Amino acid sequence: MEAATQAGSGEGIRLSGLAKSFRSPEGPVHAVRGIDVVIARGETVALLGPNGAGKSTTIDMLLGLAPPDEGSVSLFGRAPRAAVDAGLVGAMLQGGSLIQYLSVRELLSMIAAIYPAPLAVNDVLEQTGLQSIAGRRTQKLSGGETQRVRFALALVSNPDLLVLDEPTVAMDVESRHEFWDAMRAFAARGKTVLFATHYLEEADQNADRVVLMAQGRVVADGPPTEIKGRVGLRTIRATLSNVASDEELVELPGVARAERHGNSVLLSCNDSDQAIRALLERFPEARDIEITGAGLEEAFLALTADGDAPGEARS
Amino acid sequence: MNGLVYTRYELLRSFRNRRFFFFSLGFPLLFYFVIASPNRHVQNFDHSGISLPLYYMVGLASFGTMVAMISCGTRIAAERQAGWTRQLRITPLSTRAYFRAKVLTGYTMSCLTIGLLYLAGASLGVSMPTHYWFEMTGLILIALLPFAALGITLGHLLNVDSIGPATGGGASLLAFLGGTWFPLGGHGFLYQLGQCLPSYWLVQAGHVGLAGHAWSLRGWITVAAWAVLLVAAAVYAFRRDTKRV
Repeated sequence: MEAATQAGSGEGIRLSGLAKSFRSPEGPVHAVRGIDVVIARGETVALLGPNGAGKSTTIDMLLGLAPPDEGSVSLFGRAPRAAVDAGLVGAMLQGGSLIQYLSVRELLSMIAAIYPAPLAVNDVLEQTGLQSIAGRRTQKLSGGETQRVRFALALVSNPDLLVLDEPTVAMDVESRHEFWDAMRAFAARGKTVLFATHYLEEADQNADRVVLMAQGRVVADGPPTEIKGRVGLRTIRATLSNVASDEELVELPGVARAERHGNSVLLSCNDSDQAIRALLERFPEARDIEITGAGLEEAFLALTADGDAPGEARS
Repeated sequence: MNGLVYTRYELLRSFRNRRFFFFSLGFPLLFYFVIASPNRHVQNFDHSGISLPLYYMVGLASFGTMVAMISCGTRIAAERQAGWTRQLRITPLSTRAYFRAKVLTGYTMSCLTIGLLYLAGASLGVSMPTHYWFEMTGLILIALLPFAALGITLGHLLNVDSIGPATGGGASLLAFLGGTWFPLGGHGFLYQLGQCLPSYWLVQAGHVGLAGHAWSLRGWITVAAWAVLLVAAAVYAFRRDTKRV
């Protein structure tokens, strides 16, 4: 709810009542079922959700690649196509490869020339760590390098809005680090960034705000810590011999639920870090400790099962 | 305006694609020498009114350029598959500029094919007053317009796997029916059919030296009609393609 009040300042991104369905052999698929999101200029927002939540469809509509069945998109007060034509938008779509027979530098120059006020190609090569392979032909790049070039292509236009759809797929750990560093450096220049991901950690570490999507709807919208508390459930498993009651366990900070089976204890935590410290302090003899993260899918199921988002009747 | 640099890199890309370059330019030339070299002294080839080296010079130029224009489609299909077309749709590059780059690349390859075949023809004794060479070239370039549109249409209708056989087979058939491999004579079914095809008029550009025998009014109308029809088809195919997500 805090998020909704940030809207007022200037014209940012506004998605109003967006909905889209597809036909499939098994009947219509309601990919996006009425989404309202407002993003202020300069915000970095993560669109978090499991596969099939409607993230990519939302991004396609935001960019004007797909017309919405219902609702509208406004990018800095303009229609998507007009914003794209004005060079305000840079995007890294999911999947996709590069055209061949050009070097990385040439490809960036080719795209930069389409825009009214692009960044210098050399600067972008440096920001994205591509100097060492600037002269290499695009068909000779690895999967991770290709992703970084695609990121550079989105940056070179010097957009006000950067949209990234599952950007770190195919990147190794080191590339991911460099990638997010570059993204944050870009965002720090007052740019608006929207990225889709199904990794909670990525959303948590790189966004000012997380919009959580499941089954085509926004199920939560707020600062990462809040979202993490709702979906970042972890389970602590331990063997304890002298527990008097379940209450004793539930009272521990960070613990949401507790189960006991003989000496074996199962704690569902919304803050497992806090919980484990408290647990060890209270029960120093605890052993066989295991901490496991619940998958996002499970967390979403839990969220959507008890909330069961208000269902507008949809045809 | 914003398409100029894009077009320049597009041309650079096609020149760097060595195999494409080699086969596109090499095959028409090879065919030409195989067919015309042993028969270089045949005048009034098969009652066409022109010499055999001239006939096949234009015939193979028409074949080579036709293939070069339709290959634009192969590139479009490949770029669609790579997701590049989608990437371009979120840039300010206009559709018009994108197609212009493709068509200009096709025309550049065509001009190289024409140039090489003219040189080959001259080496086998083809000679004409200068203005006939220019007139002939002009007619060929005009008759290629429908093929540019055909390439764009196919590029948006077909995928990478099916476009090879489609363009290869299509170009061969159009060349055969247009008279690339032998004159269609002055009557009969093939002649009547040929006159309705743009490839026939492409080959007919070689008759520029015979007064009134290059393009009749019917030739102009046929080429224009195909150009209009195929441009409409290209627009339809493009719109249909981009509506899909």
